[in-house]
This record gives sequence, C-alpha cells and structure tokens, in this order.
Amino acid sequence: MTTVATQIKLTPEHNARPGASVRSHLQDALPKIVLAPSFAITIVFVYGFILWTIYLSFTNSKTFPSYAITGPRAYQRLWRWTFESDPPSSWYTSITNMGIFGFLYIFICLALGLFLAILLDQKIRGEGVLRPIYLYPMALSFIVTGVAWKWFLDPGLGLEQTLHQWGWTSFHFDWIKNKDFVIYTVVIAGVWQASGFIMAMFLAGLRGIDGEIMKAAQIDGATTFQLYRRIVIPLLRPIFLSAFIVLAHLAIKSYDLVVALTSGGPGGSAWLPSNFMYEFTFKRNEMAVGSASAVIMLMTITAIIVPYLYSELRERPR
Amino acid sequence: MLRKLLIGTALASGFAFAAHAADVKEVQMLHWWTSGGEAAALNVLKEDLAKEGYAWKDVPVAGGGGDAAMTALKAMVAAGNYPTASQMLGYTVLDYAAAGVMGDLTETALKEGWDKSVPAALQKFSVYDGKWVAAPVNVHSVNWLWINKAVMDKIGGTEPKTFDDFVALLDKAKTAGVIPLALGGQNWQEATMFDSVVLSTGGPEFYKKAFNDLDEEQLKSDTMKKSFDNLAKLVTYVDPNFSGRDWNLATAMVIKGDALVQVMGDWAKGEFNAAKKTPGTDFLCYRFPGTDGSVIYNSDMFGMFNVPDDRKAAQVALATATLSKSFQSAFNVVKGSVPARTDVPDTDFDACGKKGMADLKAANEGGTLFGSLAQGYGAPPAVANAYKDVVSKFVHGQIKTSDEAVTELVKAIEDAK
Repeated sequence: MTTVATQIKLTPEHNARPGASVRSHLQDALPKIVLAPSFAITIVFVYGFILWTIYLSFTNSKTFPSYAITGPRAYQRLWRWTFESDPPSSWYTSITNMGIFGFLYIFICLALGLFLAILLDQKIRGEGVLRPIYLYPMALSFIVTGVAWKWFLDPGLGLEQTLHQWGWTSFHFDWIKNKDFVIYTVVIAGVWQASGFIMAMFLAGLRGIDGEIMKAAQIDGATTFQLYRRIVIPLLRPIFLSAFIVLAHLAIKSYDLVVALTSGGPGGSAWLPSNFMYEFTFKRNEMAVGSASAVIMLMTITAIIVPYLYSELRERPR
Repeated sequence: MLRKLLIGTALASGFAFAAHAADVKEVQMLHWWTSGGEAAALNVLKEDLAKEGYAWKDVPVAGGGGDAAMTALKAMVAAGNYPTASQMLGYTVLDYAAAGVMGDLTETALKEGWDKSVPAALQKFSVYDGKWVAAPVNVHSVNWLWINKAVMDKIGGTEPKTFDDFVALLDKAKTAGVIPLALGGQNWQEATMFDSVVLSTGGPEFYKKAFNDLDEEQLKSDTMKKSFDNLAKLVTYVDPNFSGRDWNLATAMVIKGDALVQVMGDWAKGEFNAAKKTPGTDFLCYRFPGTDGSVIYNSDMFGMFNVPDDRKAAQVALATATLSKSFQSAFNVVKGSVPARTDVPDTDFDACGKKGMADLKAANEGGTLFGSLAQGYGAPPAVANAYKDVVSKFVHGQIKTSDEAVTELVKAIEDAK
C-alpha cells in the first residue's frame, strides 16, 4: 500500500520536473549567457592579442604583420639599446623615464593623497566644497591636463611670463623646454590630476575606521602622530593596495599626457615606453620592435604587480 | 560552466558584422585635409566629381592627423574594406603596393599622358612595378626661406646667396633686437631645416648620395660634419623658448614681425595667405641660400586601392579629376604647393608659386629634384625617423659634437635599414 502510494505520489512530481528544470537551468545559466559576450571580448581582445603581440615580436614584421618566425632579433636590438646611454637611445630614455616617472608619480600621489585626506578628515567646515575641488582634476582627460599644463609651464606664455610681468624678472622656470627636466613636468601634471582621486580613496578608508579604536588609543595616551603612525595608517593597508594598483596602471599606460604636454620633449627626452611602442609600431613601421617593447612593458608590470598582489591578498584571510 | 560560456560566446558572435557594401557612385576618401584652406581646396575636387555624378564620402578619422589616418587605413586594409583612395605619403604607397592591395591606373595614366607630365622623381612613388598606383596631388618643396619684409627693410638686409651671407643676415637681425630665426623645436622641423643645410653645404650630388642613396661614405664624410656644424650655427640664432613649438606658431612669429625668417616648406605660405599677406610686399620667399636650382620635394598622393570592379569607374573619375590641369591649378594656389604636373599654366599663382613652378620644371629637367629625407621621400620611415632622432638630439644637446653626430647618424641609419 505504502509503495503504491509513494509511486502515485512520485509520478506527478516526475511529470512536473522537466518544465521546472528547464526554467531553473535557464535561470542558472542566464548570468553566464549575459556575461558571455564580455567574456569573449576579454578573451580575444586582451589575452588573444597579448599572445598575438608576443608572436609578432619574434617575426620580421615591418609595416604589416608577417607570420614567419625569424627569431628574437627585435629583443636583441632592444637589449643593445638598453645600454646606450651616451647619447641616449630612444629606448634607454624611455625606460629611465619610466623609472623616474613611475616612482615619483606613485610615491607623491600616495603621500599627497594621504596627507590631504588626513587634513580633510579633521571635521573641518566646508569639506563638502573642498573635496570636489581636489577630486575634480580626475574628471579631465589626460589630453586636457596636458594642454593646460603645457601652456601654464611654457616660459613664454604661462607662469614665468606672468611673474615677469608682475616684476619678478629673475624668476626662471623652463623645465618643460629642458631635456634633463622635462620628465619632471610630466610628473607634476600627473600628480595634479591623480592625487585628488587618491585622497578620496584614503578619505573613504579613514571614514571606515572604527571610532572606538581611536578613542581607546587616545585614552591610552597616544599622541596624534602616534595615532596615525601606529593605528590609522596600518589600518589603511587595503586602501594602499588599491591606490597602488590604480596608480601603477595609470603610470604604465601614460601616453597621451606625454604627447599633449611635451609632444615628446626636446630630442625625444620625455618618451615613456608606451610612446616608444606607438612610435615604432605605427610611425616607423617596425612592428616587431614595437611588439617586443610592448612585451617588455607587460613583463615589467607583471613582475611588479603579481608579487605585490600575491603577498597582500594571501595575508588577509589568515 | 565553461561549456555554457563558450556556447553563449558562439551565440553572441553570431551577430557578425555584415560587410558594408559601398555605393558604386560614391568616392570613399581617407584624408586629413581638414583645416580651412585645405578643405576649401578639396571642395574644388568634390564639385568636379559631382558634375560627373559621383558623390564624395569622407572616411572619418578619429584624431584627425596623418598618423591617426594611417592607423585607420591599416585597419581598413587589414579588414579588406578598402577606401576608393587615401591621401598617402612617399614610401607608404610603395609599402601598400608591395602588399598587393593597390589598384592599377595604368590605362588612365597613359590616356591622360601622366608619364610625360609628372616629374620622373615623383613617379618613383606613384608607379610600382610598372603600374600606376597613385595620383600625385601636389609637389611641396622644402628648401625655402620665409622672410618678413618689414623687418628685412628695417635691418637693411638683402637676399642671402650663400650660407655665409645668411649668417651675416641673421647677425644683423640679432643686433637689431629681432629674433633672427623662427624655429619649432620638434624633430621633423629641425630635420626639415637640416635637409636644406646639407644641400647647401654639400651641393646636389652630395645630397643625393647621402640622403637618397644612403651612401655610408658620404654620411660619415667631413662634408656631413660641416653640415652639422652649420646647423649648430643656425640654432644659435633661435629664441630660447623654441623647443616643442608647432611650425605654424613659428610662421606666425615671422608674420607678426617678431622674427625675421623661417626655414620651412612651402606649406608655410598657406599661413601667410590666411593672414592676408602678399608675397613681395609683406613677405619674401627665397630659396635656402646655396640651394637655388635644386628642389627638395615631398608630395601628397592619392593612393588608389584595388577596389571591386563596380567601384573602379568612380576611382578612375577621381584620378582623372585629381590630375586635371584645372584642379591642379585651383588646389595648389590655395595649398601653397605647386602642381604635380609640369604643364599646368602658372597664371593664377602668386610670385612665390610661379618661382616654385619654374624651379620644379628646371630641377626636373636638370636632375636636381630630390626627395626630402625628413619628409619621408628620401628613405623608408624607419630610416627617416632614425635620422630625425639624430638631428633632434644634436639640436637639443644629447649629442654634443658634430663628430659624434656623424657617427650616430651612420649607426642609426644602418640599424634602421
């Protein structure tokens, strides 16, 4: 009796299942179907083209891609150029500039961003007005930033000219025209643009810190400096990670800023590797060399970012 | 999970882009002539074609400049979606022809007699493997001086005939408190000026061997060293703020009378025209001292692509209209260049244009018409840009002596070949 009953009971359930299962399968798969196009685009246009670029760097491609592997000649040339410092080869200039720009840009942005955030966090009046003022430069494109700073720093148009007109005729600031200092003007413009954004990130982090911890530290007699040094900044560690990643990729891909601000600088002295890559691939029809330089850029950023991400993300779940 | 993703991917990519079929009565044109004067000049061509029933369609280029246009062209050609024609420079035409994507206009060329009227030096770039693949639009020449006449009168200068005359003239301007030489410190401008310096220092034969044949003996010769020394001499006459300046701003300095002279190709005349200045009364055009009788040229060409047969009629119409005498005259009067065929009447041209046309004709007949290395008509882009690097590094002090410059030049050109 019981078995029959169960059988009877089971049957309608069996009948009902297919319809429900198609729907639930569909519901299950829907997010994946929706994500599929962007997944495909990423696979092809990011990873596919990374592989393609690596492939091209071992060919003899000039104006157009050629598919016969001819060996690492492009890398040999880049390697040779790496050590040509007097007169500097374009590649030597590019990678030393990357070092100078990358270090100063990331370091100053982090320091300035943190400093501004701490100041803004002192419960001051008018924060709602000040915050967007600092943040606003991030809304501009690099081209706009570059052109504005180009005029501002130009000795014949901007700062120097204005101060001369006001009577300070001994003032002299021609970095943007100077082959040895032009890269620092790129740092100035870059920092101006990004530090407000970094400030906003730190400010959000500061607001997320539990007030109880601060109070406890104050009761224990910590000075303000100790409070920030020992408690607040260590607690901001995840923000440092995010800010570092954002700044590092902005630094590596800075191309338009150099072009708009300096159009390459005197004698090409403001080039970054991205400028080198574009110049060789598209203007000089040396696609193999351009691809090789792109691969070196990718390897450099991987070498910096991956260990950093690894150490930071591994420690957290403890 | 992965399989579902892949299925989804396949579905999504099912929306393949249908190939865009071009209208057969339409000329698709890729170019970067967008400034006022240039656009007006092109309008002449558009109207000529409209009379024959062909519509004109610009291929849009993001960014607008020549580099962006060439990148866009590369993508179009790679996708098999050829424009009817594209504005192209020098070796680019030959690169595309070698890749087998250019059309064949030989029939039209023979019918219109281009082989007789277009200078032989230009045909090196418009004819590939015996076939006409491009229609030259104009000939620019590079070895010009552009002088503000009011300043010239004020300092009591006369036309410099030799390099030493030129230096003396610049000295006069310096004493009078005018910026002697307007230069934009970008590598192509510096190298364009150096083209003229080399021709002036070494003469036509030397220029050809060094900058067209890339003969190493000439590139490392004492004459080349002397040329670099002469360039260094000229750079002492620019204002301290020259680095990175655009060429048209340098021209504006001459127009306004802040500077005496600019060494620049004849596209500078377009700026004088736009400022409503007349040659002879407001400004003077002389050949770079010591280069009279020779012409260093570059040329804009319309490269003709191998379009499907039903679009060929439009292409032929475009090519014929481009090299028609009326368009050559009308266009080049506005553009500042001279016609790409030597049998066009010079009645509509101003004094500088008339001189430019006569010089071109003489240089063509005398074999002294040379491609500009700085402008990509002396050697392929890799070499031309390596050359610009060296000149620019010399001007800005990364390369300190002319000895070093010559060594670097030989090395850079050898490396880029």
